[in-house]
Amino acid sequence: MQKDSILNIILVGVGLCIVCGAVISTVAVSLRDQQEQNVIFDQQSKIIDAARLLEVYPSSQEALDSIEEVIVNLNDGQPSGIPPQQYDLDSILRDPSQHTVLNGSEDIAMISVRENLSKVYIEYRNNELKTLILPVRGYGLWGTLYGYLALDSDLNTIVGLEFYKHKETPGLGAEVDNPNWKKLWNGKKVFDENGLVQISVIKGFSNPQSTDYSYEVDGLSGATITSKGVSNLLAFWLGDEGFGPFINNLKNKEMKLSDV
Amino acid sequence: MSKFKEILLTPIFKDNPIALQILGICSALAVTSKLYPTLIMCVALTITVSLSNFFISLIRNIIPTNIRIIVQMTIISSLVILVDQFLKAYDYETSKTLSVFVGLIITNCIVMGRAEAFAMQNTPGVSFLDGLGNGLGYSLILIVVGAIRELLGSGQLLGIDILITTQNGGWYVGNNFFLLAPSSFLIIGLFIWALRSWKTEQVEEKEFLMSKNAPKEVETHHA
Repeated sequence: MQKDSILNIILVGVGLCIVCGAVISTVAVSLRDQQEQNVIFDQQSKIIDAARLLEVYPSSQEALDSIEEVIVNLNDGQPSGIPPQQYDLDSILRDPSQHTVLNGSEDIAMISVRENLSKVYIEYRNNELKTLILPVRGYGLWGTLYGYLALDSDLNTIVGLEFYKHKETPGLGAEVDNPNWKKLWNGKKVFDENGLVQISVIKGFSNPQSTDYSYEVDGLSGATITSKGVSNLLAFWLGDEGFGPFINNLKNKEMKLSDV
Repeated sequence: MSKFKEILLTPIFKDNPIALQILGICSALAVTSKLYPTLIMCVALTITVSLSNFFISLIRNIIPTNIRIIVQMTIISSLVILVDQFLKAYDYETSKTLSVFVGLIITNCIVMGRAEAFAMQNTPGVSFLDGLGNGLGYSLILIVVGAIRELLGSGQLLGIDILITTQNGGWYVGNNFFLLAPSSFLIIGLFIWALRSWKTEQVEEKEFLMSKNAPKEVETHHA
């Protein structure tokens, strides 16, 4: 058979596609479980790190067992009662009836749409809410940062902030992963006496003598836009459009989560 | 035996794909800010170019001339997808760092260049060695660039503190320039300079000669 005959072109083309397709799909399917496990494990470990649970529990598994997932309606700040297993953020963000489109001035975190239902994580210790862990996201310099913010039982003191996905510049914006910087968040306060969100990443170093010291985290040097992005995403998610109403309801004890 | 050795070793210093052929520069800029992802990228590219050379050579006698580029691309992209899948399954952290750049191996000129220039004319065994050699040549430059950038930019090597930076309470002020992609141009340029001073036969012939400065015209029209 001629190498350049039309028949051979078709045979080689089709044959190659079948072989390559078969190999790729076999490998992709057989590795899928492992890959999905990696993603889940990565997020779980960030939740545990944000809440500093390994300082309390001997193993990750025990830390995870202490956490309860609750689906919260962000519009009224009440638990929705939907089982967490059915929650799928990706499909919510695709479905216009399940999210709210944010316009210019509202969209300080630059996420364009906000889900109406969000999954939060609550750690109970001795049947009392000990840590509230909120998923947060917002735009940095190159892309959206995804992470978790953990608040202490007073719902004002930060336990930790961890990002599990971002595209910031290694060595500059990616220093959001630097353990020394992450330590600075521990003990900072979110709201002032009037309930306004005050926490922010400032430029340069925060002065311990300053009255705003408890609301300020040192900026990342060389990464002004990433620092600003982190401030904005916290302002958004802790504000009225984010978890603000839910946090207020929890503070006012207008609901008992254990009932839902 | 010496022929095999030559095929394997030539692309490392004598005919380096980055330093002499100036191919595959993009990834040398993009993934080299830290050494560990750089190493993973080198392994990923070396595996891809070796295996793509091998498989393309294996079927070189039945590949129709008209669609040979598409056939090569199909094999290369399949291999890259496989590498990416394995990376996501077994080194998730690094795959997050490298993100799209693993996929972009498909467009790396070295892979297709070797397929077209070598694997289409040679037997599978030597094609594999040629791919391996070129992968190692690429790796050599990337490792040099990655090591210099991580050391001067973050004061670390493979994440271990060498020069303690001021952020971590030390004395070294990290050079932010080395964390940004353009610094790779500088390092690759210096590397090529050093290599060509050592192996002078790599110096390209001058394409043109600069003429001497033309005599200055009398600036009458300004007066």
